[in-house]
Amino acid sequence: MGDLSESLALALGPVIGLDAKLMDIVTLSLRVSLSAVLLSALLALPLGALLAVGNFAGRRTLTVVVNGFMGLPAVVVGLLVYLLLSRAGPLGPLGLLFTPMAMVIAQAILVAPLLAALTRQTVADAWREYQEQLHSLGATTRQAISTLLWDTRYSLFTVMLAGFGRAIAEVGAVMIVGGNIDGVTRVMTTSIALETSKGDLPLALSLGLILVVLVLTINALAYVTGVWARRRFG
Amino acid sequence: MHTIFPLTLSGVAFAPNQVPVLADIDLRIDAGAHTVILGANGSGKSALMRLMHGLLKPTAGRILWNGSESRPRAQCLVFQRPVMLRRSALANVAYGLQVAGVPSARRNAQARAALERVGLTHLADRPARVLSGGEQQRVALARAWALEPHILFLDEPTASLDPAAARSVEQVIVDIHRAGASIVMTTHNLGQARRLADEIIFLHAGRITERTPAGDFFRRPQSSEARSFLQGELP
Repeated sequence: MGDLSESLALALGPVIGLDAKLMDIVTLSLRVSLSAVLLSALLALPLGALLAVGNFAGRRTLTVVVNGFMGLPAVVVGLLVYLLLSRAGPLGPLGLLFTPMAMVIAQAILVAPLLAALTRQTVADAWREYQEQLHSLGATTRQAISTLLWDTRYSLFTVMLAGFGRAIAEVGAVMIVGGNIDGVTRVMTTSIALETSKGDLPLALSLGLILVVLVLTINALAYVTGVWARRRFG
Repeated sequence: MHTIFPLTLSGVAFAPNQVPVLADIDLRIDAGAHTVILGANGSGKSALMRLMHGLLKPTAGRILWNGSESRPRAQCLVFQRPVMLRRSALANVAYGLQVAGVPSARRNAQARAALERVGLTHLADRPARVLSGGEQQRVALARAWALEPHILFLDEPTASLDPAAARSVEQVIVDIHRAGASIVMTTHNLGQARRLADEIIFLHAGRITERTPAGDFFRRPQSSEARSFLQGELP
């Protein structure tokens, strides 16, 4: 208990003083995870909508696979991306391993199934309501998909925040492909793991605090947006 | 002008999963009339409308537009509870034009004109989903009208509206008919059928039992099913 309260007192120091090094770590975390979610969404949202609306062979199988991959272990994704990007790997020549870009790629892959599965669910619900109307107006599948993605935009914002939550909280993938290099690829989760094992509990704890506050803020933001959108647009 | 009429249904049946919904439907719809389809719940009114519109495919028989099987663009269906997209009333009307392939430069002006004809210019920029039921139905009618249909199908367009809203929707339907479109609609409101219909098609258990000019129908229906329907329905 003494450890915890002592660490807590020390932890608040850097948070309040906005220690420059700490801020770099937080900024990198945000940058990597935001980029990962946006990159992932470019593919995962249309894929999820296609799974909801499309009528093609293998749709059910693909849905099961996507749903199953929601629980993909971060370390396994890290390992796969590591193999792809390592010098002997197929994408080795790009020299991306141990860079923030590698971390973005790993997190994008990690959250893609989550984004696609939740998007499929959201769009499928809307499709039940819209189907007859859109068919009646003569919309093609492609038009229906873009209409549904636009009309569920507030729900999809929440979906993307869920993806962001998963990305910023994971440690396994970024540790493997980023390497936790000080000042280059060190993010909040990897620092927490490192500082804890080194015994620097105050720094670990202050990073942990920031992480929790960030995640809470994001969820509050999602909630408020949802309420506002429903009131404004029905 | 290129015509899509007559719409002919010959020997049409609809029986999804072997459940008979409609059978032996022979029907010819010509330009200009206001036709009301009456019948009890489950008599197949909505299915008949969706078949004619093209949302459903008949399990037997043929549906032809001026002799052709291809479904023409110049026909619309407005649902009992129209789906409003999460955007403004104006954007909802423009959306129909966009899907129909109208170039974006002309969409907004056409959509505005359609909203004006249904008396909703003042609500053009409001989110469509927060409008009242009657206003939403008028937006849906504007969305259909903007497409300049030669025939408009209406599935119980006023069933979930209060009397005042129903009256304003009825007025729009009359205006669309006057502007030259044929109307085929279902309703449960016999007063509305009397006010609007030129002719009545009566459906019972998936079959057409009669097709009669509206005045005659309400004075002396020809089929016993229609007679008992009218006696049961009228207060």
